[in-house]
Amino acid sequence: MNTRQQSKLTYSWYGKPLSSDRKLRNLQYKGILITSESNKTETCVQLGDFILVEGVNADKPYVAQLVDLYEDGAQHKRAVVQWFCRSEEIPQNKRKLLKREISAQEVFFDQVLGYDTDIAAETIIESIMIKPLHLSEELPTIALNKKQTFYVKQSWDGKCFKVLSPDTFSRLKEANNKKAVITNSSKTFIPSDILTPVKKETECVVGSATKPKKVDMEIESKHSTSKSSLAKERHSQRVADNDIKTPTARKKLELNSPTRSKGRLLGCEVLGLLDDDCDAVAPLEPSATKRKVKFTSEILGSPPKIPCSNDKSKSTSESAEHYQRFSDTTQLSSYTKVKDFSEKDRNPPGKDDILSLVGYQKPRSQSPVLVPRSRRTCAQRTSALIAEQISMLDQEDLLSGSDSSYSSSSEEEEDDDVPCTPEKKTKSSRILSTPQSSRKSAVHTPAKTPKKTPLPGTPRTPRNATPEIPRRIQAAQEPASVLEEARLRLHVSAVPESLPCREEEFQDIYNFVESKLIDGTGGCMYISGVPGTGKTATVHEVIRCLQQAAENDEVPPFQFVEINGMKLTDPHQAYVQILEFLTGQKVTATHAAVLLAKLFSTPGPKRKTTVLVVDELDLLWTRKQNVMYNLFDWPTQKHSRLIILAIANTMDLPERIMMNRVASRLGLTRMSFQPYTYKQLQQIISSRLKGVKAFEEDAVQLVSRKVAALSGDARRCLDICRRATEICEFAQHKRTPEIVRMAHVTEAIDEMFSSPYVNAIRNASLHEQIFLKAILAEFRRAGVEEATVQQVYYHHVALCRMEGLSSPTVSEIMAICSRLGACRLLLVETSSKYLHMRVRLNISQDNVMYALKEE
Amino acid sequence: QHRHLLELLKRTTVHGESNSALIIGPRGSGKSALLNHVLKDLREMKQVRENLLEFFMKNPFLPGLLQTNDKVALKEITRQLQLENVVGDKVFGSFAENLAFLLEALRKGNRTSSCPILFVLDEFDLFVHHKNQTLLYNLFDISQSAQAPVTVIGLTCRQDILELLEKRVKSRFSHRQIYLMNSFDFKQYIKIFQKQLSLPPEFPDESFAQKWNNNVQHLSEDKAVQDVLQNLFQHTKDLRSLHLLLMLAVSALTVHHPLPTAADLQEARRQHRGDSKANLVHGLSVLEICLIIAMKHLNDVYDGEPFNFQMVYNEFQKFIQRKAHSMYNFEKPVVMKAFEHLLQLELVQPLERPSVRAQREYLLMKLLLDSSQIMDALQVYPNCPTDVKQWAASSLSWL
Repeated sequence: MNTRQQSKLTYSWYGKPLSSDRKLRNLQYKGILITSESNKTETCVQLGDFILVEGVNADKPYVAQLVDLYEDGAQHKRAVVQWFCRSEEIPQNKRKLLKREISAQEVFFDQVLGYDTDIAAETIIESIMIKPLHLSEELPTIALNKKQTFYVKQSWDGKCFKVLSPDTFSRLKEANNKKAVITNSSKTFIPSDILTPVKKETECVVGSATKPKKVDMEIESKHSTSKSSLAKERHSQRVADNDIKTPTARKKLELNSPTRSKGRLLGCEVLGLLDDDCDAVAPLEPSATKRKVKFTSEILGSPPKIPCSNDKSKSTSESAEHYQRFSDTTQLSSYTKVKDFSEKDRNPPGKDDILSLVGYQKPRSQSPVLVPRSRRTCAQRTSALIAEQISMLDQEDLLSGSDSSYSSSSEEEEDDDVPCTPEKKTKSSRILSTPQSSRKSAVHTPAKTPKKTPLPGTPRTPRNATPEIPRRIQAAQEPASVLEEARLRLHVSAVPESLPCREEEFQDIYNFVESKLIDGTGGCMYISGVPGTGKTATVHEVIRCLQQAAENDEVPPFQFVEINGMKLTDPHQAYVQILEFLTGQKVTATHAAVLLAKLFSTPGPKRKTTVLVVDELDLLWTRKQNVMYNLFDWPTQKHSRLIILAIANTMDLPERIMMNRVASRLGLTRMSFQPYTYKQLQQIISSRLKGVKAFEEDAVQLVSRKVAALSGDARRCLDICRRATEICEFAQHKRTPEIVRMAHVTEAIDEMFSSPYVNAIRNASLHEQIFLKAILAEFRRAGVEEATVQQVYYHHVALCRMEGLSSPTVSEIMAICSRLGACRLLLVETSSKYLHMRVRLNISQDNVMYALKEE
Repeated sequence: QHRHLLELLKRTTVHGESNSALIIGPRGSGKSALLNHVLKDLREMKQVRENLLEFFMKNPFLPGLLQTNDKVALKEITRQLQLENVVGDKVFGSFAENLAFLLEALRKGNRTSSCPILFVLDEFDLFVHHKNQTLLYNLFDISQSAQAPVTVIGLTCRQDILELLEKRVKSRFSHRQIYLMNSFDFKQYIKIFQKQLSLPPEFPDESFAQKWNNNVQHLSEDKAVQDVLQNLFQHTKDLRSLHLLLMLAVSALTVHHPLPTAADLQEARRQHRGDSKANLVHGLSVLEICLIIAMKHLNDVYDGEPFNFQMVYNEFQKFIQRKAHSMYNFEKPVVMKAFEHLLQLELVQPLERPSVRAQREYLLMKLLLDSSQIMDALQVYPNCPTDVKQWAASSLSWL
C-alpha cells in the first residue's frame, strides 16, 4: 500500500494485440506492463494471473484472476476478472456456515452474481499467487512471499460455501503453474536444483548471462533503502523480466515448473528458494560458502515457526544442551527428517498452548533443525558453527528473561530492518533475504502466540482485544410473579416484535429504502419527531426487515452503518466511524473524510449499497457544516449507492440551521413522527402486556391520556406503568390486589410529575422561610423581581422582630441565601459580591406564597 | 425512600433490569448516607451475595466536582470498571476512541449474562453542564436498551435538575426521583442531638459512658441548651451544622472538665454564629475604622451609590477638622495605605478591575459592610475614642 501510494504507476500493454474486435473496436492483449516510476521496476501481468485490485480498503485489496485484457474504443484499458472473495468480505453471519477458522490467507472462489467483473486496468496493483487446495488439506502454514500468496479451497456464491468443482480446481492450478513460470521466474529456475543438482550446474552455465545481473542485483539491494518485502518482490520480478529476455532460460523454467509447484505443496519451498538463491550465487564466491550456509540455516529456521514449535512443544522445557543434542542428531539424519516436519506441521496446533515463553523464542533457536536440507548442498563443517550459534541464541534466550522477551524480539526486528547493522555487513550476501524472512517471523510471532506473551508493554494485543464486562456469577432471575413479568415487558429495552401504531411510517421508510436498493441509486430521507415517538425503533425495524429480505434474495444485499450524533465526541468523528464500519480501517478524521469521498465518488467494482442511519443529526452541526454537506452530497454522486436516513427531533431543522446548499442536498423526502395519541399509547401498552393480566383497563387509559396530554413520549408512558407495578407490589404486602389499579397509577403519575418546590419550601427551616418572605416583601416594595441581599436583610430583620425572634447575623443570612441558591429556589450571583449579591426567585411568587401560607 | 431505593437496586442486581433514578435533596439531607446505607444492606442480602464481589468493585462513585469534563469522567469509569487491563499500556487515545471503547464494552453484555453495574453520579448537576451531555445520554441510553444492565443514580441538591436535562436525555431518563427533605420537627431534632452525643454501649470505660450519657440526657432537657438548639434549628435543619456545633463544644473538654455543659454549647454557638466581617473590623486600626465610618456616611448620603477614595478622604478631613479632638491628622499617603488595607481585607470592593489608566484615588468602590454591622463592631471595639463613636452614631445633621 505504501509503495503504491508513494510511486506513480504507469500501465502499458505488453506485447501486440492478440485479437481485435472490429465491431467493438476492442483490442485484446495478453499482458499488461506496470511500471513504477519511483523505483524503476516493471511488472508484467498476463492473462490468467492472479492480481490484487484496488478496493475500498487500501490495506485489503481485492483478489482476482485476470481473465481478459482489452482496450476499448475510447482507449481505456479494461480488464475482465474473476473475483475471489476474502474472508473479511463475507458477512459475519455467513462465516459461521463454514464451521472452521478462516485464515487470513484464505480466499474463496467468488460466484456471487452482480459484481461488476469489468474493471479499469489501472486498478490492478500487482500480481500474486493463489493456490488451489483440497478441502481436507490444511493450509500450508508457511507464508511464501508474505501476503502475496493466497489459498483457495472453496467457492462462495453469496449463500453457501461449496467445494471447488474439479475443473475450476484444475483451471486454477494450471493458471497457477503458468503464472509461477512467468512472474516468479527468478525463483522458479532455482528449484530445479533441489531435485537435480546436475541441472543446477547447467542452469548456472546456461543462465550465466543472467548471473552477473543477479549479483548486481544483490549489490544494488544492499544499497537500496527500502527494505519492504514489496520492494523485494519487485526486484525479483525485475529479475524475472530479465530472464524472460533470455529465451533459453525461459524454456527451462517452463520445464521446471511442475516440480516447483510440487515443492510448493510440500509447504517449504520458499525456504528452498531462498536457500537455493544463495546457493546459486555460491559458485561465484566459493570462499564465502561457509558463512553463507550458516545464515541460510538461520533464514530457514525463522519462517517455519509452526512446524518447529509443534515439534518442540512436546518438550517445552528443554534446555540449551538439548537443542544442541537435537541438532547433532539432525545433522546425521537425512532429508526424510524434513518430511517429518512437514507432516508434523499438519498436526493440529493444539499443542501450541503449552508452549512457554521459551517456546516463543524457539523459532530462532531452532534453525539447526532444518539444517539437513541446506546441508545437502553444503559442507559438513558448518555443523560446528551452527552448534555455536545455537548456544549463542540460547544464551540470548536466557538473558532476555520472560519479561523482556518481547522487547528482545522487537530488537531483533529492528536489527533486521536496519540495513546497515554491523552483523549484516560481515555477511553481506545475506541481506537479500534476511530482512524479509526475519521480519516475517517478527510479524507472525505476536499474532500466533498471543496467549504465550501476556507481557506488559505489548502494544499489539490490546488493540485486538475486545473489552467486555465480566460475566455475572449468578444467573439473572427469571420473573416470578405476574407483576414482575409485566415490568419486564414494559421496560423500554424490551423491543416488541412489531411496532404498533407506526405501521404507516414503517411502510413508507421501507418502501423508500427498498426502491433505492433495487434501483441501485442513492438518496436521503429526513425523519423528525419529538423524543420517544419511536423514530429510531422504526428505522431499526425497517433495517431488520430489509436484512431479512436480503437474505431471502428479495432485495440486493446491502451494508448497514449507523452513527449517532450523541455518541460522537466531535462531528468530524462521524467520518471515522463510517469508515470503520465500512472497511475496518482506523484513521484520523481528515484522512477518513478523504477516503470516504474517494470511496463514494469513484465507481467501485464490488460495491454494495450502503444504508447509513444518522441519528441525532442536529449534533453533527458545525459552523461550516461540512460534515452535513458531505453526508448529503455523497448520495447524489453517481456511483455512491448510498442511502441516508437522517433522524432528528425538530421538524424544521433543514430550514433552521442548515445552509441552503446543505438543505437542498437533503432533498424533500421528509417524514415526521407525530406524538402518540392516547389511543395509540393505550395500544402500545396493551400490546406489550398481551397475555399478562396485570393492569386494569382504566388504569392504562389514565396513563395514556395523561402522557398524551403532556408529551406523547412512549418512554415516559412505559416508565409510569413500570413504577405503578412497583407501587402495586408494595401495597401487595398488606392486602392482596394482584392487579394494578387506578390508585397505583395515580400515585406513580403524581410522583413523576409533582413539582418539588412547594414541598421543599415547606420543609425548609424557619429562617429560610422568613428569608423567602423577606424577598417577597422586598419585591413588592420595589416592584422589581430582583433584589440585593442587603435590601432583603433589612426586611428579614424586621420580620424577625415581628415574630419575636433573635435576628440573624449577616454571615448567617449569607449561609441561608447560599443554601436556598444551591437548591435553586433562588437564583443567586457569585458570592464574591457579598451583600450586593443580587437575588431572584426561581419559582413564581404565587407558588412561594402558597407554600408559606399553609403554615 | 430507603425501601424504594433498595428495591430498585435489588432488581438491577437480581433481575438484571436497567434503571435510572435521581436522589434530590438539600445539602446535608443525607443523600449519600442513604445510598451508602442501601448499598450496605444490599451487600448483606443473600441473593446478592453471589454477585457481591463484582458488584463491590463496580461501584463507580463519580463525584462531579472531580470530573470536570466527559473525558476525565470516561477515564475514571474505565479505571473503576477495571477495564484498563484490557486497555493495557495503550496510550489512552483520543476521547472519541475512549467513548467508542466503553460503549462497545457495555454493549457486549446482555440482560442475563453480564454483571450489573451501578453508576453513582455525585453532584449530578455538574455532569449536566458537560458539552452535549454526551456521557449522560449514553448512560441513560444504555439503561434504556437491551445492553449490559446498569443503574444510574444521580445525587444532586438542585430541585430544577430536570429542566437542565436536554430533551433527548430527559426522555431517556426514567423520571424516578427520590426527594429527601429534612422534614423532622424540633422534638426529633433534640432526639438526634441526644443520639449524636451519646456514647455507644461498646465504649470501653462503662462507668464513664454511663456518666456521660446521663449528662447528655440532662443537657437535652436543659432550657439553655434547648434555646441554643432551637436557635440553630430555626436557622438551618442541616444536620451537618449540628455536628459542627457539637464538635466545637466537645473539643473544649479537658481532663479536668470532662463533661460538656450548657455553657460550652452556648459558647460554641456564639462562635458558630459569629459574623465574619464584623470580626474583621475588630482587628482594624482607628484610622481604618474612621475610614469605614466615612464610607458609611457616604453610603447614607448617596443611598448606596459607589464612592472613590477621594470622597472618603474628604469626608475624613471634614471629621478631623470639625469634630476630632483625639485624632491625629494623617497625611494622604498614610490614609491611602489604610484604604488599601481595607481593600485587601475585602471590606471594600472595586466595581471594576483596576486598570492602568484609572488613578487609584478615583476607582469606584463599594462598601461590603452593612451599617448595623459597623455599629455592632464599634460597640465591642476596644479603646475606641468617644468622638469617633459619636461621629459614627451621628446622622447627617452634624454636617
